[in-house]
Amino acid sequence: MAAGMDTPPSRLIRLLQLGHAKRALQAQAIWQCVSCQTCATRCPKSVDCAGVMDALRQLSAERGVTTPKQQRTVLFQKAFLRNIRRNGRLNELELIAEFKFSTFLHSRSLSFLFKDATLAPQLMKRKKFHLVGEKAHDRAVVGRIFARCMDNSLL
Amino acid sequence: MNLAYYPGCALHGSSNDYEQSLRACLETLDVQLREIDDWICCGATAAHSLNQKLAVALPARNLALAEGKGFREMLAPCPMCSMQLLKARKALAEDEALRRSVSKIVELEVRGDTQVLNLIQLFETIGLDRLKAAVKAPLGSICAACYYGCLLTRPASVVEFDDCEQPRSMEKILEALGGKTVDWNYRTECCGAGMTMANEQTVLDLSHKILSNAAAHGANCLVVACPMCHVNLDMKQVNIERHYGVRHAMPIYYLSDVVGLALGFKPEALGIDRHFVGKA
Amino acid sequence: MSRIGVFICWCGENIARTVDVEEATKQVAQFPGVRCALNYKYMCADPGQTLVRDKIASERLDAVVVASCSPHMHLRTFRNAAQLAGLNPYRVEMANIREQCSWVHPDRTQATAKAVQLIRLSVEKARRDHELQPIRVPVTRRALVIGGGVAGIQAALDIANSGYQVVMVEREPSIGGKMAGLSETFPTLDCSQCILTPRMVEVGQHPNIRLYSYSEVEAVSGYVGNFNVTIRQKARYVDISKCTGCGECWNVCPLKRNRSEFDYGLGFRPAIYVPFPQAVPARPVIDPKTCAKLIRNGCGLCIKKCKAEAINFKDQDKLVEEKVGAVVIATGYKLYNIGKAQDRPGLEGYGEYGYGKYKNVIDSLQFERLISASGPTVGELKRPSDGALPKSVVFISCVGSRDNAKGLAYCSKICCMYTAKHAMLYKHKVHDGQAHVFYMDIRAGGKGYEEFVRRAIEQDGAQYYRGRVSKITEENGKLIVRGADTLAGEPVTIEADMVVLAAAMRPADGVEQLAQKLNVGYDEYGFLLESHPKLRPVETSAAGVYICGACQAPKDIPESVAQASAAASKVLITFSASELTREPEIAKINEETCAACFACVHACPYHAIEQAEIRTPRGVFVKRTARVNPGLCMGCGTCVAVCPSKSADLEGFTEQQIYSMVESLV
Repeated sequence: MAAGMDTPPSRLIRLLQLGHAKRALQAQAIWQCVSCQTCATRCPKSVDCAGVMDALRQLSAERGVTTPKQQRTVLFQKAFLRNIRRNGRLNELELIAEFKFSTFLHSRSLSFLFKDATLAPQLMKRKKFHLVGEKAHDRAVVGRIFARCMDNSLL
Repeated sequence: MNLAYYPGCALHGSSNDYEQSLRACLETLDVQLREIDDWICCGATAAHSLNQKLAVALPARNLALAEGKGFREMLAPCPMCSMQLLKARKALAEDEALRRSVSKIVELEVRGDTQVLNLIQLFETIGLDRLKAAVKAPLGSICAACYYGCLLTRPASVVEFDDCEQPRSMEKILEALGGKTVDWNYRTECCGAGMTMANEQTVLDLSHKILSNAAAHGANCLVVACPMCHVNLDMKQVNIERHYGVRHAMPIYYLSDVVGLALGFKPEALGIDRHFVGKA
Repeated sequence: MSRIGVFICWCGENIARTVDVEEATKQVAQFPGVRCALNYKYMCADPGQTLVRDKIASERLDAVVVASCSPHMHLRTFRNAAQLAGLNPYRVEMANIREQCSWVHPDRTQATAKAVQLIRLSVEKARRDHELQPIRVPVTRRALVIGGGVAGIQAALDIANSGYQVVMVEREPSIGGKMAGLSETFPTLDCSQCILTPRMVEVGQHPNIRLYSYSEVEAVSGYVGNFNVTIRQKARYVDISKCTGCGECWNVCPLKRNRSEFDYGLGFRPAIYVPFPQAVPARPVIDPKTCAKLIRNGCGLCIKKCKAEAINFKDQDKLVEEKVGAVVIATGYKLYNIGKAQDRPGLEGYGEYGYGKYKNVIDSLQFERLISASGPTVGELKRPSDGALPKSVVFISCVGSRDNAKGLAYCSKICCMYTAKHAMLYKHKVHDGQAHVFYMDIRAGGKGYEEFVRRAIEQDGAQYYRGRVSKITEENGKLIVRGADTLAGEPVTIEADMVVLAAAMRPADGVEQLAQKLNVGYDEYGFLLESHPKLRPVETSAAGVYICGACQAPKDIPESVAQASAAASKVLITFSASELTREPEIAKINEETCAACFACVHACPYHAIEQAEIRTPRGVFVKRTARVNPGLCMGCGTCVAVCPSKSADLEGFTEQQIYSMVESLV
């Protein structure tokens, strides 16, 4: 992924070493990262670079310093978490709906809103489309777990 | 053989063809799967990207649910789930204070007694000899590029499975089933993971490289053991073809698909007809 | 009654600033047995020493306590001063009131009180000091050099040219070590064999050097000046005294396709072979693992051809005894194994580089052989897979070095230099070729070294990228090298014809077992331990055993040669007198009370205690006893601790002394 990143991982770590946390938190790179874990596997100093990226993502979201370019990814992850908080398990249809809606509110892009709409009938044909998603039975405990872990108002 | 089963959201969602094929195989191989009662999502990418505590807690609850019913082993066919479960299990084993606090958060005592297996490990536990003996239709026409993706072998210190540079566990299974495999260069390169919806271009770029390299090394199909990889390589293949103006026409099989075919199942029984890319 | 003189040093301000030396002197003068107590600014200086000597004479002192710095600094100084005044030097004690008092305690009152206590202890000790005489041991003025690489060769020649006999033991069939396999050496680009082989010949022909090639050290016993060494001469199956080196045998050998060890697997050799043409001794050896005659009694063509009747398939390993007075260990290095197979937990190899999988990914020593004029491709750079001339070569530094995760934490020191050398030699051979070097840092600290690396970059066009390589794969005969250029801030992908990996330098195989035979310490990597990294780099904890070259730490040829001469000079110091003196503060066993349980024999880390018999002059057996060998004992005191009958005691640190010191405090 480094080829497309504005700030490759080595430079991100360097910024953190120098104390320039703000610049690191605003790098596009942290939301471009796909968490493939290759970085940590290669590092001769056993720096958990993938873990650093996770931490940067969490901090940037908590501090609300994510940039417009990053919003699609940020909104997706947030929508995902809200979804499992509600249902205990992922409801794909709900997720897609919420994600598409929130990105539309942000970018007003109709093309993105309707992108891959043709997938719906294809998935239905293949019995992969669930109108009513699965839910965990004890959803309340999921809500409590979330509450205990996320003590700042992220969602 | 009797073990707990953690399907994860994907296998009960749009990747239910994976569940179909693995249930078919495993029943024939005398493996009883007991779905964990009231399991919850492992958190996937969203949890570890947004809240580290949650990323440990959600899998921990599932570990507790399994060990609470006395299961020594659980199958987690999705590598994201299995990796998160293993990561939580390791973190709790190494930090007693963490284990106690997470147990409180998830309202269940988590001891980490249950081992987590991915599908390849389960087939290895069943034994290549047993698999070989059960083969009814050797995979003569299959010349597969085995694709491992990221989380089956990485991070190595967490998953402790196979070799993260030159893995061979899937190839060994395929060869035991009478299939051929190719040596190719993208076995552990990322397909784009969870960026399918939010950042499709990443998936198209990375998955295109994978499909191209497999073809360049003579494969006529890919074999995967991850529902996310399957979606990116199978469902998105038409988008890749459109974007790059190439025709890949590369069927993507789950590992349980090829095992099932070798065991004599018809493709429809395994859900292969529900893939997006059919046999050429 | 004791007549002890106490001398308290100010050490300028170092002690006097914190310890009230006047007060201390007053208190100390009251101690029983103290005849006189005084203080002075610099006891170690001439006037201070004169003071001690004068007082010994005028007060007829029978023991001296100097309260000053650590005994490491000046114990010898004061002992010499005492000796000059006619007092036995082992009745001199030092109380360390500097490093152990004034330098670590800020409170004046407390420091002064502690200083007084420390002096009280020393006074108690001095009261019971015996007069001891240094131990004299004879010296066998012959040296053993283990290892025939450039370091061993240098050490052997220095010692031999000084007139002493040297026994050299080399594990391989020929001496020369790794240097014999190099192509050219930095920073001069001298042909390696051209500068080494004259030395090798000198060793082979030197009247003072007895060379045991294809041999290993089996066992060592004894102590400095008096070592007994057992050497195993491995079976060559060729009698080198009869063999003329004519070459008929290896020409006729039908088994020509054995991977050559000297070429690191890139070339071939017959089953009967000389490792390289300039070998010393230039005599063949038969490989028992591949020779048809030895395995299944077949072939035998060589013995038919041998006019000198030198081949003997019934040859066996021979054990030879040699007596030497000093040992120099120069066992050299091996390269880190880049593949999966590792001989140490914590090492993992670099699967991502495809070494072992892709034929054209080789390590640095293999590259040396490929470019060497006497190498498997006769100096033409032919890549291993298809013999093609590589037009693009990637050199990767730090493979296994500076890697805490799956390699070795240290820097191997020579790789930056030899990588630059490789890039230059490559360009000299392939004028239209391109060298790419991936590095983390450039270590070029020697004389002319920095300029050398700049030459590679500025004159020979090597492209340097600051960054590591993540993965190497092969597509259509090309090696795809994916790395980073952190200075440009972007990834870099090179399509190369060949990749050379600068693998880490590790101590040679078997060095740990050898070190145990010689009671020499080694670190977690197997590098042999020097006595002091700055001031005693070639001595070890074992008296009479010296180390030099890469077995101590990664180093290049100039440093190895320098260190070898340093080790030789230490050997010559050992040989400079016909007798060696050793400090007499060693263990002593009361043979009357010894119960012969031999717990001490087992406990002694230096194997310095023997089981002895006491017999009457007529030879009648009286009893068994443990007996300390005064040449070997290092005075550690372990035997004293384990002896159940309190028969073992330490001269200069007797149990009586220790008890009375403790009692004096209570």
